[in-house]
Amino acid sequence: MMIDLKTIKHISKLSRISVDEKKAQKLRVDLNSIFEFIEKLNELKTDNVQPLTSVAETTLKLRPDEVHSHNLRDEIIRNSPEDNKDFFVVPKVVE
Amino acid sequence: MDKVNKQNTEYLILRNKKAYEVIIGLEVHAQVISKSKLFSSSSTKFGAEPNTQVSLVDAAFPGMLPVINEFCVKQAIKTGIGLKAKINKKSVFDRKNYFYADLPQGYQISQFNYPIVGEGSVIIDTPIGQKTIGIERLHLEQDAGKSIHDMDPQNTLIDLNRSGVALMEIVSKPDLRSPEEVSAYIKKLRSIMRYLGTCDGNMQEGSLRADVNVSVRVKGSKKLGTRCEIKNVNSIKFMQMAINYEANRQVDLIEEGKLVSQETRLFDTKKNETRSMRNKEDAHDYRYFPDPDLLPLEVSDEFINKLASEIPELPDDKKKRFIDKYKLSSYEATILVSDYETSKYFEDVVENSDVRLGTNWIIGELFAVLNEKNLEISQSPISAKNLSKLINLIKNGTISGKIAKTIFEFMMDGDKDPLKIVEEKKLKQESDPKELEAIINKVIHDNPDKVKDYKSGKTKLFGFFVGLVMKLSAGKANPQLVNDILKRKL
Amino acid sequence: MNSITSQSLTTLVKNIKNKKLSSQEVTKAFIERSEKSKDLNAYITEDYANALSKAKKFDQNPNFDLKIPGIPIAVKDLFCTYNVKTTAGSKILSNFVPTYESTVTQNIWNEGGILLGKLNCDEFAMGSSNETSFFGNVKNPIDKDLVPGGSSGGSAAAISGHLTPITIGTDTGGSIRQPASFTGTVGLKPTYGSCSRYGIVAFASSLDQAGPMAQSVEDCALLQEIISTYDPKDSTSIDFKRNSLSKELTREIKGKKIGIPKEYRVDGMPVEIEKLWQKGIEYAKDCGAEIIDISLPHTKYALPTYYIVAPAEASSNLARYDGVKYGFRSKGENLIDMYEKTRSDGFGEEVQRRIIIGTYVLSSGYYDAYYLKAQKVRKLIKNDFDHAYKKVDAIITPSTPSSAFKIGEKTNDPVSMYLNDIFTVPVNLAGLPAISIPAGHDTKGYPLGLQIIGKAFQEQELLNIAYALEEKINFKNKVNDWWIK
Repeated sequence: MMIDLKTIKHISKLSRISVDEKKAQKLRVDLNSIFEFIEKLNELKTDNVQPLTSVAETTLKLRPDEVHSHNLRDEIIRNSPEDNKDFFVVPKVVE
Repeated sequence: MDKVNKQNTEYLILRNKKAYEVIIGLEVHAQVISKSKLFSSSSTKFGAEPNTQVSLVDAAFPGMLPVINEFCVKQAIKTGIGLKAKINKKSVFDRKNYFYADLPQGYQISQFNYPIVGEGSVIIDTPIGQKTIGIERLHLEQDAGKSIHDMDPQNTLIDLNRSGVALMEIVSKPDLRSPEEVSAYIKKLRSIMRYLGTCDGNMQEGSLRADVNVSVRVKGSKKLGTRCEIKNVNSIKFMQMAINYEANRQVDLIEEGKLVSQETRLFDTKKNETRSMRNKEDAHDYRYFPDPDLLPLEVSDEFINKLASEIPELPDDKKKRFIDKYKLSSYEATILVSDYETSKYFEDVVENSDVRLGTNWIIGELFAVLNEKNLEISQSPISAKNLSKLINLIKNGTISGKIAKTIFEFMMDGDKDPLKIVEEKKLKQESDPKELEAIINKVIHDNPDKVKDYKSGKTKLFGFFVGLVMKLSAGKANPQLVNDILKRKL
Repeated sequence: MNSITSQSLTTLVKNIKNKKLSSQEVTKAFIERSEKSKDLNAYITEDYANALSKAKKFDQNPNFDLKIPGIPIAVKDLFCTYNVKTTAGSKILSNFVPTYESTVTQNIWNEGGILLGKLNCDEFAMGSSNETSFFGNVKNPIDKDLVPGGSSGGSAAAISGHLTPITIGTDTGGSIRQPASFTGTVGLKPTYGSCSRYGIVAFASSLDQAGPMAQSVEDCALLQEIISTYDPKDSTSIDFKRNSLSKELTREIKGKKIGIPKEYRVDGMPVEIEKLWQKGIEYAKDCGAEIIDISLPHTKYALPTYYIVAPAEASSNLARYDGVKYGFRSKGENLIDMYEKTRSDGFGEEVQRRIIIGTYVLSSGYYDAYYLKAQKVRKLIKNDFDHAYKKVDAIITPSTPSSAFKIGEKTNDPVSMYLNDIFTVPVNLAGLPAISIPAGHDTKGYPLGLQIIGKAFQEQELLNIAYALEEKINFKNKVNDWWIK
């Protein structure tokens, strides 16, 4: 199956990565060659196979309901590209 | 807008001699009562300074991993049991991927194919009797943070305090047919969760919100219409307004020969209208897949049974018991079991006093005061203990019902003991026949004309004499005794 | 080479414990050599001043009960380190300073290790040549024109070039074993769940594992013993009985059954590699092991499976790099514009490519055909190993289908780059432990590695086999310090 330019642009949008025409073209070529080799999987019949999500063959451990993390505001906001000491700041969101 | 048929108990939209019924399903987001968040150990307390309850996990720092809170799992299972639902012994957490400024991970951890709770039901009261609303599922998920758009003219500010707080998403089947049923359903759901202690149901603080799915169809048609989802409505009133607007909008479209398009809409509370939220270009594709940072959640029968044994008597059972044991009307029982605190207050009052008087006083006087002062029953100025004392004073004839109302007023000032008020204010009922006879003799003596009229057949004057006796006794005369003696004397 | 920097970790530990060397002497020696080795571009961040002051502190109040007392160690820049910049080889994290420490590195400091600096790697560990790093490619100490492999290329160059006595990398599809093979060093990828992922910048959560890279199997065992702990902060960390790997290390492997999978004889595999593999089999026989032919029939599907699973998880794991909370941000007219510019400017080409592949295979309409299919094939691949391990204790294969290639040779052909991981990827998909040990040289004199794959949680047995073979092979790395003028 060939991936077309329109799909590349749509997926880039979903990925929040901007692409111009040139970049989209290159991605299209790369992805098509990658998917050509991925398509090899179609040779296999897997109708009755259970999907494997994790190799860790155990179940989720539960932690007690205790508050350990306290006010880390300064620590957390220290690395942010733009902040006003109390909040993370982003360009205006238009709903 | 008189488009709704009000004569009938059914909620129908009438247009061009056609009756449309409205099909409603709710996705309720209920905040789980827990100390810490679903996957991190930061606090869930409401109202803290912005970004002070945010752990490295909540802010999605590189290399941070989720670890699930056992108590939240228990709360979800308890709620499932309260909804008479199937508890799934194995469930899976998935990532719901989308970008938003208040979603730090770029995905929300939720449950998609394998929720922790399966099908269940909730019974609601409607004007034509009880109705069962189907529950499709309940799953656990993380809340997002908060975007603040109105504090800074150029920017949006992000507060992540809520980020990662546990939510239960409770999805109903499309069984609801009117705004009234929606109200009854939300109230019932909230009541069950409050009984269980799994969600405080506080809609002002956002602990309970709902996405409302609305579609319409000509009454009698079997086929469901195209539905619209109204996102994140945070009060029952707004839900009702939104449904009313949306249902009419859809009927208008159909009547104009247009199609209803399946979409997500927003309810504008100021304009009282719903409007489309997202443009096509940005169509959502959540790319759900099992979260590889988490393993499947498995719970044993033992774990579930232990939780089941901790479930208190829930509103439906309690209502039945109240009707059987206390001979309450269905109406009274419904009111008294509506929340756990009220039912407990009621039982505390009537445990050592009269059931009938207790019921009347709680539903009448007490509720009036609570309503007026906008208080919860837990904040009642009069304790159950003192209210039961007051009722006993009425019951044993120490005071009259009328005096009791006066005493009730005094009691509100610091939950005073009614006995003390009776003593202090000398409000004890006059039940000594000799004392009363003296007063009555004086009344008869002072009003010879009226006595004459009475004796000549104007029996309506009896009330006049009673009134005078009560006035002279400062209201303390035992009304029954006054009646007896007066009749005899006259 | 300085007499200190040529010593193995085990020897250095001995010399410090015997007070023949101080921590400061050792630390200074590795700093000096690292300073002279800038040409390799192995470091992204140097932390020499702090390292020296920690060494001094250690010498003033030494604790010789620790397993690696006062030993300086440089680590892959994918491990978050407290107050030391952690970039994951990416522009998007180029200014990121964690306020926390990964569990694996904390374990190292707890046993007396001292941070020397952060080592170069492919951006977000996505690459097989260290050429995708925002901080430039790393040169292989074997030859200046060669890549060191990837993604733990900086770690491999640093251990091979003796810039650090030992190091750690991460391995998602071969990122420890392939560079170890390319640089003539030892690299262990532990069983999934053995080392905590807490504080490691995530690439593909269901595949990522941290592991040691060393001069010898013995050193490798010692570090693995230190970094492998059960960690409640990682829900996929597994609580199993952990051996004292270095103490229990033995070359006694008589009677062990070793499997040789026929599917690893791939078309176009160089004769040298075939020969090397044969040599390894002979050595194993010499040690008393029994050689058994086995079949892992789904091997050829491992790479396509990996290139669905890993990008899918990565596309989601890397969604957090959005310019809001930390890291690089581009100016944008609105939120979405800011996101798109930040991620387009902040991520390199390979990372963007994989995010887009991952988004595609998870997107509506393709999930079943790709992602779900890959998960099912992953199950078949794991079943292959489960089946084989009923008959054998370990499996021997080549580590890579070729020796190190030239810088720039494969940068324009992603698929040929991906094919490098053909022998290592199945192990990650099955969550098994595997080690690459240097086993010989090709005609060009470049090192070649053998991979030994063990049973889950049987790191001890795996290391024992590697330890026995290592002695038989008696490999000598050809590092001539070409980069030191």
